[in-house]
Amino acid sequence: MSKINLSVNLCGIQLTNPTILASGILGTTKALLKRVAENGAGAVTIKSISVEPREGHKNPTVITFEAGMLNAVGYSNPGVDAAAREFTNLQDVGVPVIASVIGTQKEDFVRVVEGLSVQKFSAIEIPLSCPHTPGFGLLAGQGTPQATFDITSAVRKTTKLPVFVKLSPNIPEICTIAKAAEDAGADAITAVNSMGPGMIINIEAQKPILSFKVGGVTGDALRPIAVRCVYDLYKAVKIPIIGVGGISTGRHAIEMMMAGASAIGIGTGVYFRGIDVFVKVCEEIRLWMQENGFGTIKSIVGAAHD
Amino acid sequence: MIEQPTMVKICGILEESPGVKTFFFKLNLNFEPGQFVMVWIPLLDEKPFTVSYIQDDLLGISVLKKGGFTNALHSKKIGDTLGIRGPYGRGFSLKSDFNSCVVGGGIGMASLATLVDRLNLAVEEHLGNVTIIQGARTAAEIVYQNRFRDMKLCTEDGTAGIKGTTVDLLRDLLEKQRFRKVYACGPERMLYKVVELCKGRGIECEVSLERYIKCGFGVCGQCDCSGQRVCIDGPVFNREELSRMEDFGKIIITKTGERIIH
Repeated sequence: MSKINLSVNLCGIQLTNPTILASGILGTTKALLKRVAENGAGAVTIKSISVEPREGHKNPTVITFEAGMLNAVGYSNPGVDAAAREFTNLQDVGVPVIASVIGTQKEDFVRVVEGLSVQKFSAIEIPLSCPHTPGFGLLAGQGTPQATFDITSAVRKTTKLPVFVKLSPNIPEICTIAKAAEDAGADAITAVNSMGPGMIINIEAQKPILSFKVGGVTGDALRPIAVRCVYDLYKAVKIPIIGVGGISTGRHAIEMMMAGASAIGIGTGVYFRGIDVFVKVCEEIRLWMQENGFGTIKSIVGAAHD
Repeated sequence: MIEQPTMVKICGILEESPGVKTFFFKLNLNFEPGQFVMVWIPLLDEKPFTVSYIQDDLLGISVLKKGGFTNALHSKKIGDTLGIRGPYGRGFSLKSDFNSCVVGGGIGMASLATLVDRLNLAVEEHLGNVTIIQGARTAAEIVYQNRFRDMKLCTEDGTAGIKGTTVDLLRDLLEKQRFRKVYACGPERMLYKVVELCKGRGIECEVSLERYIKCGFGVCGQCDCSGQRVCIDGPVFNREELSRMEDFGKIIITKTGERIIH
């Protein structure tokens, strides 16, 4: 039996396996990050942090449907000062911890990155692509090549940590934006954020269910789009890609890696398969690799390309 | 499990106390005592409530008027509609074949009501006994007085039952009576003391915690208590689990996600 190695080196960060807890899911406290790590994640991402505390949108903020999830949480977070107090001694988590940082302007991103620099995060992720929070991401025009370049440059100058730029699947010219991020010094692209926004209407109430009416679509419905984005990005940029979108099984993860992802994010999969989705996905990847003669993750990455 | 809110028509309203109303509606729900449902008022908000009455497909939720959302609920009339999804969470693990004590503080009694119904079924078969302790600030706030006879009552002002807390009552009772299991729901400081009492005497104990809930199904992380998601790993936790949860009785999470001293 050949020896299967699931380890991944992502921008110099050593991961025992390619699964990463995606931002916005469970990353509210250090205790939950630790729990996710214990359930097999190779790395974890905290819920996005802004300069000021935010309560986010009113409930309902998250709702599921046959093919995934719709959410408009609205970036609730305790703000950078409280976050810096919460995420102390991050080595206790047991796996690398990625800080997700948001802002309404580039100066905010810088302030949050600086504020979190007192703690031992392994990388900074900047989502410039949220589809459902006024003042942030797409609703603040951060999804253009110029804004992406400017914000990424500002963050790049502020930290020596690897910088991941998280992009929206909505934008046809996703590769142009990824190149802008690469040119500005990004170390990896996280692709993709939730798509849409979408809407689910309760027909008896005759009203949209989410309080914000619209929300980002994730889960199975997003996966083919995410895979296509990663496939295109793999050809367009030289930096690694973290593939996110609808992954809840080992087969999904392998598909995403074959499209070109060096590591994969799992978020909505926590709902469909439980908090131990990470260990399940890793075991499924391992079995598949064994049956199909793959020994390393690296040999899978980009395998679907001509 | 109902994934998205199902609109139900309120078919009955019962005033339990000046501040608490129970709203009845028909819905086929596989609800276990200790679980919760999310109640949606379109365009307003959505909050977690326990189901406090189960009679076949007739369900009731008991609502304490204490804020904007519950005020809006209290203004609902028969024939008005509400959205319901769930049930969510892990409820009580029933051990009905021996003596148990159920301790409710304030509206926490609502989470225990269907548990008491279940335990009473066993009492009818002479399998065990149930002692109910209910505490409130004042006599007018006592709920379910006609529903559960022989409750041991306590109030802060002494207007009903003994003057004191549920913890005082439980402590006295434990001197005289043997219980295999204590179930509790109420303010977290009370729960903390109940658990401590049980721990000291080697009595099994399960309590239901409350946190600000968003998704209800374990993905958003809003309701964390020391790495346990109150919405899906709980809301009911046992003594052993609670002893590993450092935040229990000490730390809560605000709407922004900040962990603050309780």
